[in-house]
Parts: sequence; C-alpha cells; structure tokens
Amino acid sequence: MIKSKKYREMAWKLLVYALLIFIAFLMVMPFLWMVSTSLKNRAEVFQYPLIWIPEKLRWENYLQVLEAVPFFKFLFNSAFVATTVTLLQLIVCSMGAYAFARINFKNRDKLFLGYLGTMMIPSQVTMIPMFLVFSKLRLIDNYLALIIPGIFSSYGTFLLRQFFMSIPRDLEDSVLIDGGGYWRCFLQIIVPLSKPAFATLGTFTFLANWNNFMWPLLVTNKVTMKTLPVGIMFFVGQYAVEWHLLMAAATMSLLPMLLVYLFTQKYFVTGIAMTGLKA
Amino acid sequence: MGKKRLSRENVAAWTFLLPNLTGFLLISLIPIVASMVLSLTDWKIMGKPTFIGLKNYMELFTRDDRFPQVIWNTVVFIIGTVPVGIALAILVANLLNQRIKGRALFRVLLFIPVVCSTVSAALLWKWLYAKDIGLIAQMLRSVFGIKAPDFLLDTKWAMFSVIVFSIWKALGYNVVIFLAGLQGISPTYYEAAIVDGANTFQKFLKITIPLLTPTIFFVLVTSIISSFQVFDQTFVLTKGGPAGVTSTIVYYLYENGFVWYRMGYASAMAWILFLIIMAVTIVQWKFQGEWVNYD
Repeated sequence: MIKSKKYREMAWKLLVYALLIFIAFLMVMPFLWMVSTSLKNRAEVFQYPLIWIPEKLRWENYLQVLEAVPFFKFLFNSAFVATTVTLLQLIVCSMGAYAFARINFKNRDKLFLGYLGTMMIPSQVTMIPMFLVFSKLRLIDNYLALIIPGIFSSYGTFLLRQFFMSIPRDLEDSVLIDGGGYWRCFLQIIVPLSKPAFATLGTFTFLANWNNFMWPLLVTNKVTMKTLPVGIMFFVGQYAVEWHLLMAAATMSLLPMLLVYLFTQKYFVTGIAMTGLKA
Repeated sequence: MGKKRLSRENVAAWTFLLPNLTGFLLISLIPIVASMVLSLTDWKIMGKPTFIGLKNYMELFTRDDRFPQVIWNTVVFIIGTVPVGIALAILVANLLNQRIKGRALFRVLLFIPVVCSTVSAALLWKWLYAKDIGLIAQMLRSVFGIKAPDFLLDTKWAMFSVIVFSIWKALGYNVVIFLAGLQGISPTYYEAAIVDGANTFQKFLKITIPLLTPTIFFVLVTSIISSFQVFDQTFVLTKGGPAGVTSTIVYYLYENGFVWYRMGYASAMAWILFLIIMAVTIVQWKFQGEWVNYD
C-alpha cells in the first residue's frame, strides 16, 4: 500500500520532468538550429538528411554579415536609443507620479483620469500624426525621432504612482517637519524606496525599445540610423535566401540581449510578476 | 485673493508635473486629437489635406473589401493564439510550481523567446518553416514520413504558422505571470482538500483554476489587446500574404499609411481599431463577475 503510493509519486515526478524537458526543448531547439545553420556553408544548408554540426565551422559567415551591413552601428543605435529613452522616461514618469501621489493640486484627479483614458488608445493612433510632424520637421534619420516618442508614458506614470501610494507617508512627515521640501522627500525617501518599481519599469522600457520595430522602421531611411531589428530586416532584403548568412545575422542580433538577460534575469522575471499582479 | 496667489503646493506640483505634462500633451493628447481630425481628411502626405467628413469611415465599411477581411484575419489570429496560449501557460506554470530540481533553469529557458526581438525570432522561424529544407519539414519527413506543406506560402497553413510562432514567443511571459498567481494561493486550501481525499486532478479543477481566475482574466484582457495590434511577425514571416490571409488590421494600416501614404484613411483605421479594442475590453469587464473569483 505504502509502496504503491511511493511508485505513483515517482511516476508522477517522471511525467512532470518529461513534459518540462520536452517544452524546454521546444523553446531552445530553434536557437540551436539557428547557430548550427549560421556556421554552415551554402551546400550544407540544403543538405538532406540534415546535419547539426557542420564539418568545418564557418565563422567567416559572421564576418560576411559585418562586411555587408554596419552591424555595430545598429547595435550602437539600439543601445543608445534604448538607454536614453529608459533614463528619461524614468525621470519624467517618476516626477509626475510623485506629484499625482503626494501633492494636492487643483484638478489632480481629473487630470489623472485623463492619463488613464489615453492608456487604452493603441499606439497606431498617435503614430501617424507623430510621423507627419517628425517628417515635416525634417527629423527623419535623426535620433530625436527615435527617442522623443518614448520619453513619456501614461502607463509608466500610472505604475510608479501606484507604487508611491503604497509607501507610508510618515517617512516624509519627518522631512517636512525638519523644514525640507518636496524635492528632499522625493530624492531622499521616495526614490531610494522605489528601487524595485524603477527596476521593473526600467527593464520593460529598455526591452520594449530595444526590440521596437514599427516606429524605427518608419523614421529611419539611412542605413547608419537603423536600430537592430530594422537593420536586420534591411539585411534580409539584400540576402533573401542565403540562410546561413541570415542566421548569422539573427544570432548576432539576439546575442547582446540574451547576455544582458542571463546576467539580470532576476529583474525580468520578478518585474513581470509584479506588473502582472498589480494591474 | 487666495486664487491669485499660487500656493506653495501648486508651485511644487507644477515643477514636478511640467516635464510629465508636456510629454502627455505633445506625445499623447495632441497626437490623439490630431489623429481624430486627420481621420476626417483625405491626405496623400504631399499637398494639402482636404476635409471629407466621415467618408473614410464609410469607405472602410462599404467599399473596401479588404478591411472586413483584415478584421476577420485578426480575429482568427486572436482565437488561435489566446486560448491555447493561456491553457498551455497554465499547464506549464503548474508543472513548474512543484517541488522539482532545476526549476530556476527551466524558467530561464522558457523566458528566452520573450526577451528576443520579434523580428529576429520570426526570421529564425521563417527558416524553420522553409519549404522542404526547413527543420520542421525535414523532421516531419524523417520521423513521420509526412510531406510537409509550404507553411508560409500555402493559404491553408500560413495563418496557422503565424499563430504557432506567436504562441511559442509569448509562452514564457504568460508562464511567469501564472507562476506568480499560483504562488499567491494559500497552501491551506490544498491541505484542506487533501484531508477531504481530493486527488491531483480534483485539486487542480476545484482549487487551482478558480483561485487563478483573476490572473487568467488579466492575461486574457492584456493578450487580446496586444494581439489586436499584431504586426512584427506578419511583416517578417508572410508580409500579409499569401493572398492576404495573414494581413491583420495593423499590417493593412501600415500599408495604407506608409506604403500608399493614405494618411487620413490609415488614421480612420486606427480609430476603428481603438473602438474594437475598447468594445471587446468592456465586454470582458462586464462579464468578469460571471466567472472571475475575487476573494
């Protein structure tokens, strides 16, 4: 009786492991195939039956990509745009969120409701007028066009405001009694206590801007102004079915973010869990 | 007198609000109003816009055969990705929520597709889907002896292929949210159920699922909203083809606005998209009382 229960538990565990390994395999295998293809020559790409490890690893494929497109310029553009947008958005959103959470001013709640109202509107609505303005101002192929639309976010303001509301007010009272103003409260109490919220919003903003495709596609024409996703599609346009080269380009484009992710994965995961539960 | 003098509170509020409010006006509110006005005009980027009232909206619903088609395609995409995606994510989250070794590693692996750009991941899947020589076609041939269809160029398979990719891409994200939801369920419920002699399956149906409904509701609402805006993967995998079967609302909007430069028409389309998203979200909100368990 006890023995059969033990066996049942072991069988259950085995089933759980088998399913998990199968799913993990489905998640990872495409990437292994990508790297494998990226190291093949043209003949090996079309070979049947397929081979996973080519006879000679052709690292030259990567060099060929680097010669065809300014890959490091794409990388720089993505890193520069994503970093700048993230920093500016955190500053702009946290300041606004503080005013909404802590200062009594006229029409505050009406204004906040207006912010919430715009959160429902899809970005495609504002995209067209923004594109027209940036092109009339001759800011196509300019970093300003890539950065400005990302600086403000109703969602970011909302998220931080909710977090600030959960911080007990007594902490600030002591600063106010000491004669300190709102700036000291904000910088000495609210900001240090809100590190988890900043990490969450920061990670999301960075990732979203790093991977953003549609807007950079619209506002960049020059090759040297393209970000990674747009740059990769530009490369695809030139080397349509050279799969070994396309996969080398895909590998190179994914590698930087994967490295960042592996070193900071705690933030990604806890951040998602937090936004998921708060909303 | 108090009205004329700005109080200390008001000065402080404005210094904190100024950058934020400027952003709100310039990046959000004014473009929204501009888009509304634009949707009432005929404007081919060159030249001047002409006011045409509601003609764009009328054209969308009476003369443009492709618009109902792209709405339908988007609905098919949502029905294909969202329920299966949620069911799979709940299953995987439950598997991960047990006392097993290597949990952290599994979570890291599952999340890899989420941090990848949709463009690069879709490019990789385009290669997996390639006719005859793609990994999927080769595996179907060598393992099952089946001749695979041309996934992305066959009208019967193209949308299915886009859907499978999208489920794969989002799975890890939903799993992490469901894991957080599962960890919020108090173990006392399960202990009580064990005392009552419930088996694993009963515990899952009678405790886990009902207590997970708030999380399910959240994931349902947010994934439907984002699926209505699907663009990147259709752009990379199929360019809306073959024969327009994977052309979604935003893809068609992109073509109108930025390939054919019909700015007014594309704006009208964006507003229809907003109205659809809002209507669907409100309906879900209204019906949550029927099945979502808050306590």
